[in-house]
Amino acid sequence: MSKAIVGFRLGDRDVEVLVDPMTPLQRVLRDDLGYTGAKEGCGQGGCGSCTVLVDGEPRVSCLLPTEDVAGRRVETIETRTPTQGVSRLQQAFLDQNALQCGYCTPGFIMVATALLELSPHPAREEILDAIAGNVCRCTGYEPIVAAIEAAATSVGESASGHSSGAEHS
Amino acid sequence: MKELSTVGTSLGRVDGLSHVTGRSVFATDRRFPDLLHLRVVRSPVPHALIRGVDLSEAETVPGFVRALTHEDVPHNVYTVLSLIGVEPEDEFVLAETRVRYVGEPIVAIVAETERAVREAVARVKLDLEELPAVFDIDAALAPGAPVVTDWGDNLFHFEGGRPCRSVRLGDVEKGFAEADHIVEATYDSKPIEHAPTETTACIAEPHGDGRVTVYTNTQALYFSLDNTSIILDMAPNRLRFVGGTVGGGFGGKVDVIVEPLATLAALKTNRPVKYAFSRSEEMQVSSPRAAWRITLKDGVMADGRIVARQVTSYSNSGAYSRQTPYSMTKHAANASGPYNIPNVSIDVYHVYTNLTPSSAMRGFGVTMGSFAQEVQMDRIAEVTGIDPWRIRLINAYRNGDMRPHRKLAEDATLVETIQAAAELVGVELADDLKSLTSAPRGGGA
Repeated sequence: MSKAIVGFRLGDRDVEVLVDPMTPLQRVLRDDLGYTGAKEGCGQGGCGSCTVLVDGEPRVSCLLPTEDVAGRRVETIETRTPTQGVSRLQQAFLDQNALQCGYCTPGFIMVATALLELSPHPAREEILDAIAGNVCRCTGYEPIVAAIEAAATSVGESASGHSSGAEHS
Repeated sequence: MKELSTVGTSLGRVDGLSHVTGRSVFATDRRFPDLLHLRVVRSPVPHALIRGVDLSEAETVPGFVRALTHEDVPHNVYTVLSLIGVEPEDEFVLAETRVRYVGEPIVAIVAETERAVREAVARVKLDLEELPAVFDIDAALAPGAPVVTDWGDNLFHFEGGRPCRSVRLGDVEKGFAEADHIVEATYDSKPIEHAPTETTACIAEPHGDGRVTVYTNTQALYFSLDNTSIILDMAPNRLRFVGGTVGGGFGGKVDVIVEPLATLAALKTNRPVKYAFSRSEEMQVSSPRAAWRITLKDGVMADGRIVARQVTSYSNSGAYSRQTPYSMTKHAANASGPYNIPNVSIDVYHVYTNLTPSSAMRGFGVTMGSFAQEVQMDRIAEVTGIDPWRIRLINAYRNGDMRPHRKLAEDATLVETIQAAAELVGVELADDLKSLTSAPRGGGA
């Protein structure tokens, strides 16, 4: 097994990492690059806590071989947080008390970010479908759904506060 | 009088902003360039004698650093309740001669990478002689049952060797004799795993001078610090514990599990050591809420007053006591419910089995008791044909009532709370129930 250099775009910066084959992107983000917003809840794709966006699509980074993102754009909770303040979606999570321990929060926000860029005014069923792969053990989910709905009610600009990233639409 | 500025307002969490931006620092969000990884070799069977542990193949795994056995642990006893004077200390940090549940730690392995430590753990060969095991309350209490403990039966013994925690008030037999109805039922519950999204974890960072900083997601920072100091036989002022950010706990991160071994490994290797449960370890090994069996026998008058309550409870507590003796006492103190009953008899049994040791979870000891009591209250309503609101209101504690464990009810608000709940859900209570208050019975002050 020889290591390989993998280059990808992380938010607005280009990064190159040296990885063993099949190293999960989550390990690279957390251990090599210090982007610890992608949490590990299960390490087997079952909880959504490690969700990042790859070319705008939500992916569980614990199961994603780093080689697979070569040349692609990866976005995390860190890269999606505005330089000052928070995005409308993040503010909605605060306003609706859509968090308690906070461990699952980055994953939910990344999934909701992708949803709102694909479907700016999602039906409740679309929201439930989008977050179906994310586990929250504190809130009971209702405040999370309410936060995504609240963020979606704003018309005009992208609800996640950024205009870039929805390259798949 | 000054207006209250905070009461009655809805405040955001102080850590909300750092949560939504991913900046909250959880225990394993810290990076150390020379970090080592610790995992534990666990018993694959529920009950066995340990004949031998062969590390030779594990030691050949590239990246293997060292193993820790029970001989490396200065005070190899799990001590969580010794700090509040509850004995016996019935659990080892690393097993010595016997394992009593699936997942019991036997040997710890430290390696350079997560992959290497998993590989090395998989290559440890255990020579175990399996023993018969018991899993449920009936089997554990049956004559001739396999014995889980070291003292000959499967019960925890309370002060004076008593086999259960007992509370008595008045005379239940007299109460049953006077009663118009006897209502008796048994309530069973299953174990419940907290399943926090963040698994139990810590990183111990040695400073090279015998001091160690431990970053941990424990819910009980000073329990963890004190116990680590006892287990490692080191002065508490050599330990600095950093916590506070917990990715879900619900009581499941109160037991002191990862810190002592990670700290020991850090001292032995003089490098930072991470010990984090995998998801499967979190589900299999971390203490669940105990399974309970609770039998309530009530003597009830035709007008709905409960005049006698006999409670017999069994907690299926698993292989070791951990914080269960404390929950037995809590259960006994609350087992008759928030009701004024003149004749009460309570016996609570802590039963050992070859299941994962149970421990703290949200109101442990009380929660399952409350479930049983409130289902029982509805059953009493059915038997007597009296409205469930009335049954609760006429029996509810009021100020000055004597509780079975000899505590006077003070600051009682149950009557008012039930009345408010009725109003909220649009239930119109009868006038005599609306006029009830928590004021002492008999018109006292």
